[in-house]
Amino acid sequence: MTFELFIFYMFATITVVSAIGVVTMRNPVYAALFLILAFFTSAATWILLEAEFLGVVLVLVYVGAVMVLFLFVIMMLDINIDPLREGFIRYLPIGILIAVVVAGEIILVLSSDVFTMDIPKPTPLDYSNTKALGELLYTDYVYPFELAAVILLVAMVAAISLAMRKRNDGTKRQIPIDQIRTKNTDRLRIVKMKSEEKL
Amino acid sequence: MDSLIAIWESVPEALRIVIVILLKIIAILLPVIIAVAYTTFAERKIIGYMQVRCGPNRVGPKGWLQPIADVVKLMFKEIITPTKANRAVFFIAPMLALAPALAVWAVIPFWEGGVLSDINAGLLFVLAITSLDVFGIILAGWASNSKYAILSSMRVGAQVVAYEIAMGFALVGVLMLAGSLNLTEIVNAQAGGIQNWFMWPLFGLLVVYFISGVAETNRAPFDVAEGESEIVAGFHIEYSGMAFALFFLAEYASMLLISILTVLLFLGGWLSPFGASFADIPVLGIILGDGIHWLLLKAFFFLVLYLWFRATFPRYRYDQIMRLGWKILIPVTLVWIFGIIVFKALQELGVL
Repeated sequence: MTFELFIFYMFATITVVSAIGVVTMRNPVYAALFLILAFFTSAATWILLEAEFLGVVLVLVYVGAVMVLFLFVIMMLDINIDPLREGFIRYLPIGILIAVVVAGEIILVLSSDVFTMDIPKPTPLDYSNTKALGELLYTDYVYPFELAAVILLVAMVAAISLAMRKRNDGTKRQIPIDQIRTKNTDRLRIVKMKSEEKL
Repeated sequence: MDSLIAIWESVPEALRIVIVILLKIIAILLPVIIAVAYTTFAERKIIGYMQVRCGPNRVGPKGWLQPIADVVKLMFKEIITPTKANRAVFFIAPMLALAPALAVWAVIPFWEGGVLSDINAGLLFVLAITSLDVFGIILAGWASNSKYAILSSMRVGAQVVAYEIAMGFALVGVLMLAGSLNLTEIVNAQAGGIQNWFMWPLFGLLVVYFISGVAETNRAPFDVAEGESEIVAGFHIEYSGMAFALFFLAEYASMLLISILTVLLFLGGWLSPFGASFADIPVLGIILGDGIHWLLLKAFFFLVLYLWFRATFPRYRYDQIMRLGWKILIPVTLVWIFGIIVFKALQELGVL
């Protein structure tokens, strides 16, 4: 067994174990932590495949941003786990059926000719995965790429506009520009009045 | 000597590589940790002088042994776990905070070729690993089972996610001018004297980058995570002894990292401001030519800037931090990047 193979099996084992942990942990925060570990080790296996750009971006986007928000939400919610477990036995047959079907499909797809290919030769040291991806995305696939970007933008704008409620009920809010522009005459009124006369 | 070489050659090759890498790691991390210790000392001294105080001056000559006394004290303090804390996560959190802060140094070049791992996607690696820093803080807050701590975690989570975007955009400008993600190549793209450094065409991005860097490391004036006046000490309120020291170490290592990265990306890293013309002078050439001393000197400036901020500015209010991040810094970077695109396009067309 070469050193590379040893590293691969190490990361693969951790990925599988942590993936199992995601679905078996009772505490949702633990489940989220195992998901982070699974992402991280998958990124390591991708880097082993010489796809360093994808690996690093997986860590950057999923672990660094998505999972932070995930953890955020899980910590804020006080999830009661017991009701989630109630239907476990009742739904078990359906769950097993779905699992078998999905596993069968995966086996069918992976054993087809599409996925059989020669082991690629290791790329030279100065080969930049990032450059190659960039060139491909911005030349051959520029229209699908831009289209995907626009769809994402539309989805984001739609989500924000759905979640944002216009409140016209006189809610007080900070308007920094007005705060900066205020002069002392706006806030302070000097009233001249006679001093109190002696009784 | 020959026997030593013979012993070395009898070691299997894979093991030899591992030993060399381990030695390199020690050679990088030991100075980093010593620098962290003396940054805490510099912080107290410099802020002291700024506020017309003496700062620590009792331990050792002029107080120079103060950091060592601090380390000894922290090591011998008892680590107290709150009864209702989640013990496992409570102890993992400080490690999760420190590990990424140290792992990033793997791709930081200190001089031409002076880097542990010269990877192609170096800058992306830095971004990815520094984005993991926040987990330690979030989990510490959650595991402590304290209201103050969880409030602090929430603040940090929102703040770091917001400023990471501005930070990433600020780096896009650097990437466009350098045409590479490799940190050594980015520095070499700025060769040829002070006028070629990226700080001139990218001045706005430099400002945005450093402000986001200060916010990412939770330092004043963006230290709402610690906000003593509202939430006592924030996420590390329940931590004591070495467990607390690990958070401390992570924070200061991140400060050093942001200072050095700012220099590498915008101020020409180890390049001398005079260009290559003075490097041939016999003795002065060593000082005036390129070298790690320029990197450290420039990084020290940014480190002092951190302390200067802390001595000068009052803490931002939380909503103001969010406003600055989303409504000011991100639009500024977008406009600046657009300007660079126009500049590049005109250059391509031969107009400029």
